[in-house]
Amino acid sequence: MEERRYYQKEIETMPVEELKKLQSEKLVKQVRHVYDNVPYYRALMEEKGVTPDDIRGIEDLHKLPFLTKADLRDAYPYGLLAKPLSECVRIQSTSGTTGRRVVAFYTQHDVDLWEDCCARAIVAAGGTNEDVCQVAYGYGLFTGGPGLNGGSHRVGCLTLPMSSGNTERQIQFMTDLSATILCCTPSYAAYIGETLKEKGMGPDDIPLKAGIFGAEPWTEEMRHNIEETLGIKAYDIYGLTETSGPGVSFECAEQTGMHINEDHFLAEIIDPDTGEVLPEGSKGELVFTALDKEAFPLLRYRTRDICVLTRKPCSCGRTHIKMSKPMGRSDDMMIIRGVNVFPSQIETVLLNEGYQPNYQIVVDRENNTDTFDVLVEMNPDQVIDTVRGVAALEKSLANAMKTMLGINPSVHLVAPKSITRSEGKAVRVIDKRKLV
Amino acid sequence: MTIKQLSVFVENKEGKLAQIMQILAKNGVDIRALSLADTTDYGILRMIVNDTDKAVAALQAEHCVVSVNEVLGVAVDDTPGGFAAAVQALSDNEVNLEYVYAFITPQKGYAYVVMRVTDNDTATKILQNAGVKVLSDEELHEMFR
Repeated sequence: MEERRYYQKEIETMPVEELKKLQSEKLVKQVRHVYDNVPYYRALMEEKGVTPDDIRGIEDLHKLPFLTKADLRDAYPYGLLAKPLSECVRIQSTSGTTGRRVVAFYTQHDVDLWEDCCARAIVAAGGTNEDVCQVAYGYGLFTGGPGLNGGSHRVGCLTLPMSSGNTERQIQFMTDLSATILCCTPSYAAYIGETLKEKGMGPDDIPLKAGIFGAEPWTEEMRHNIEETLGIKAYDIYGLTETSGPGVSFECAEQTGMHINEDHFLAEIIDPDTGEVLPEGSKGELVFTALDKEAFPLLRYRTRDICVLTRKPCSCGRTHIKMSKPMGRSDDMMIIRGVNVFPSQIETVLLNEGYQPNYQIVVDRENNTDTFDVLVEMNPDQVIDTVRGVAALEKSLANAMKTMLGINPSVHLVAPKSITRSEGKAVRVIDKRKLV
Repeated sequence: MTIKQLSVFVENKEGKLAQIMQILAKNGVDIRALSLADTTDYGILRMIVNDTDKAVAALQAEHCVVSVNEVLGVAVDDTPGGFAAAVQALSDNEVNLEYVYAFITPQKGYAYVVMRVTDNDTATKILQNAGVKVLSDEELHEMFR
């Protein structure tokens, strides 16, 4: 059988000039669509003195206003919707919290293009209709499971919609049903690898050949580790709920960056402080414009991810621009066990629970799983005569944080004034993970 | 009938206990009884002192977490089985002990124990009915005069 290298060859290998022309056409149409249908964004454009007539192609993109997460919060839930709800067929949401939750809407067209993007990623990882694709991302509001599930269907893989967790069952299905492609977070892939080892199994005991891992930062070292324990080639995939979900960009076999699906997502790199557009090859904040999403078409959305774009020719034949792995964030957001965490959320919980906002978040990685510790300074008048009592206070704080964040921290009460302060301000976050 | 106990949160760091003791020493606080519960992260230092209010004020001024609660001070016969009788009485009446620690006084003939129970009044009655002497704050401090 001839090896299938692309899912949508014409688009994926389109000469750059043609691609830019296509982007320009789509952008002009999209700006008009958003201006006509989203009063919130129209107001932003008017504030900047821009009308759809000013946008004649991608060279005019810089004239448009940015959208930020704060806009998404202000406009929650329907403020950025560009299609009637009767034409929408799906909602997905970020893993975040009530305060920061992003709700994205999809028409059938939007679902289709998102699944196409995921299908491209699967084919780039060597997937064909002969493959059995085990999707061990969470299913539900989280985009990971639904996105890769749809992509897998499109490629024609036999899809195993496992969702995450129950590792014993994952391994049993993987071996019994000969799964060849695994899709999940890199930390879960590593965990599956560890579990295999514990069972005395090695790469030769499982049929996997490739993995598509994303939704959280991971290192080259982690890639080698996963590739070794599972006996596969491990591919990175990137995306965010705001733009659709996984599949905004993906790695090809060359593994020197992730090809952005540029026919759908127009990328820019800006200086996070000034908003100025930076030339190709510069390190800065990644900004996306959704070119043909209908229901939730964000224009110039600031991802807060810091990375570099390059358009060097790729040996895989794809012409789409490549982005580096995100090297950090331009805000204070952390991704812990795949979940977005803002220090301000911890602060909110502490104030709600009657504590002073004196805390420190310590994130580390042990056995390829993130550890998440929160040190909290006690109030001087807390009753603490028993260890059990202190443990109960810690547990109750941890529960409140879990409700807010969706993941469970380990809370440690510490003495007042004991958290290191620099220039009077407590050091809020210590991230010991070595990811770049 | 209860006595006042101080509990101080002690970070598991070098010099922390010494620091607390220095604060008490500087303020002329005399420690009557003491116990330290330890965990991997921190300790809880429990003390009966001669002047609770003064100790609390001094420790709080130095940003220590201090709480005061009522515990039982019990005098049992200083003979084999003296303490056994006291805890047996509590056990027979289904009163749980959270923690206990012993201390000494200049008085002979008795052994002294601090007990933390969930219900002080009930436990006091049970102990008294069993012939065990439960101390008041005054009685305790009188012994050291």
